[in-house]
Amino acid sequence: MRDFAKEILEVLEENARATPGEIATLLGRSEEEVSGEIKGLEESGVIRKYMTMINWEKIDDGYVYAIVELKVSLHRDKGYDAIAERIARFSEVQSVRLISGDHDISFTVRGKSMKDVAFFVTEKIATLKGVESTCTHFVLKSYKEHGVILYDRAQPKRLVVTA
Amino acid sequence: MTDGQISEKNKKLTMAKPALWRPEAHLSTTVRDMPPSGIRKFFDIVVEMEDVISLGVGEPDFPTPWHIREACIYSLEGGNTSYTSNKGLPELREVLAESVEEDLALDYDPEDEILITTGVSEAVDLAFRATLNSGDEVIVPQPCYVAYVPDVLLAGGVPRPVATRLSEEFKLRPEDFAGEINERTKALVLSYPNNPTGAVMTREDLEEIADLVVENDLLVISDEVYDKLTYDGKHVSFAQLEGMQERTVLLNGLSKSSAMTGWRIGYAFGDPAIIGAMTKVHQYTMLCAPTMAQVAAVEAVRRGEEEVMAMKREYDRRRRLFVSELERLGLPCFEPKGAFYAFPSIQGTGLSSEEFSEELLKEERVAAVPGNAFGESGEGFIRCSYATSKEEILEAIDRIERFLANLEARGRSGKGIKKV
Repeated sequence: MRDFAKEILEVLEENARATPGEIATLLGRSEEEVSGEIKGLEESGVIRKYMTMINWEKIDDGYVYAIVELKVSLHRDKGYDAIAERIARFSEVQSVRLISGDHDISFTVRGKSMKDVAFFVTEKIATLKGVESTCTHFVLKSYKEHGVILYDRAQPKRLVVTA
Repeated sequence: MTDGQISEKNKKLTMAKPALWRPEAHLSTTVRDMPPSGIRKFFDIVVEMEDVISLGVGEPDFPTPWHIREACIYSLEGGNTSYTSNKGLPELREVLAESVEEDLALDYDPEDEILITTGVSEAVDLAFRATLNSGDEVIVPQPCYVAYVPDVLLAGGVPRPVATRLSEEFKLRPEDFAGEINERTKALVLSYPNNPTGAVMTREDLEEIADLVVENDLLVISDEVYDKLTYDGKHVSFAQLEGMQERTVLLNGLSKSSAMTGWRIGYAFGDPAIIGAMTKVHQYTMLCAPTMAQVAAVEAVRRGEEEVMAMKREYDRRRRLFVSELERLGLPCFEPKGAFYAFPSIQGTGLSSEEFSEELLKEERVAAVPGNAFGESGEGFIRCSYATSKEEILEAIDRIERFLANLEARGRSGKGIKKV
């Protein structure tokens, strides 16, 4: 049997607006049990935030996105965490990851223009101690974000009544 | 005028006037007398309407998981388009043997105890045709899937519908069919988890009927296509009972569990003699199940478990949501334990199943199948599929609520509605 907490998280991951009452119905538990469990998950930091998945391209937000990969050199007192956490503090940066392969750290950045993003990378990131090189990939189009498909495609229809 | 001309003319005149061509007279009486599926009849009304919320759909609202579709596409690209052996792809029979061993601890030889069919529907038809002689009787517990009775008839058998009851959670009890057994009774149909009621049979429930089965030397044709969608506890097959595997033709498929209705893949497990006989009919009618669908099925059986479980968890939530909302509306509903249907009673409205469904459709554009489509004992119920999004379920509930309120208002002016 699956964990109660996992079941709650699965529902919330799909719909952050689901109320404890609604979740209780879906999982066959009491509202109090669900509220208590959610509170615990919030307090322990499993649930970080309730967000809305937005397809900004649809309303032409004018933002430019880029994926930036970094090679870094490590020093005795400065590991990956220190650099990554430093990058994460910039509000322009949306996600930061330590990765395997040709590069060490990858992050996504949002800016008002390509110039904006390029300057951010050269001025704020490339100059950080330990950053050896940067490689910036501007995003041209997003097809899927956070497990959600962003393109519109006619869905095949089911027959209305079948056996 | 020459003789030749006359004879030519006479020929035309004397040629027997052909009887008026009546195609109906050329129909098989069995088929002619067979009523169309109640679902079909209802479908014809629905299809004309727009903005209908459908609770009438007997299939998942998920598309087939992508890795399964992709496996099929890859195989097609490779030109894998020939027939398979009549029995089905050896690889598919092997993975099925492994999976039935894992799920039910039942041992079937992929060589001669497993047959791949074009959907479970074909497997049901084959099971009857391979085992029934003219006049042999088959016990069919109802309400049930619409095809069993016609399939028995087509095989020359005599269906003996028996009613299961709401008070017994629509489980089949020995007393339901003991009185229907006679020397011509050859087989018993089991279909649990059940469409349309959502009933399941536990091991104890099955054991209770096993004695009757053995005493009367019955064959059991067990359609377990909803086995993976069992919500409380683990599915038990009749074939798992001691000594029952040899008397059971176990039918299953991927349509419901893996969201693969359109692929038409089913399978039968059973004694080599029966599977062999079914294979004979299958080879003369179907040859083999579609190759590309069999390839996809291998992928589904081998690597589909996680998605099956994820879909099941989602159905389970919708089930709770839907049943709790029905309760709120005051429509008595047995809590379904399997499949993806709720089967609420509408007897309190004073309407028949068909009246209720038709009026609900016309007034509020919600499609739910009248219970009597699944046998006489389904009268007084409607089948609602919750294999639809939570938003649609809630919208449908709102509409049903309004419909019931209007019925009640009208009740004051004559049309009686009392809540049970």
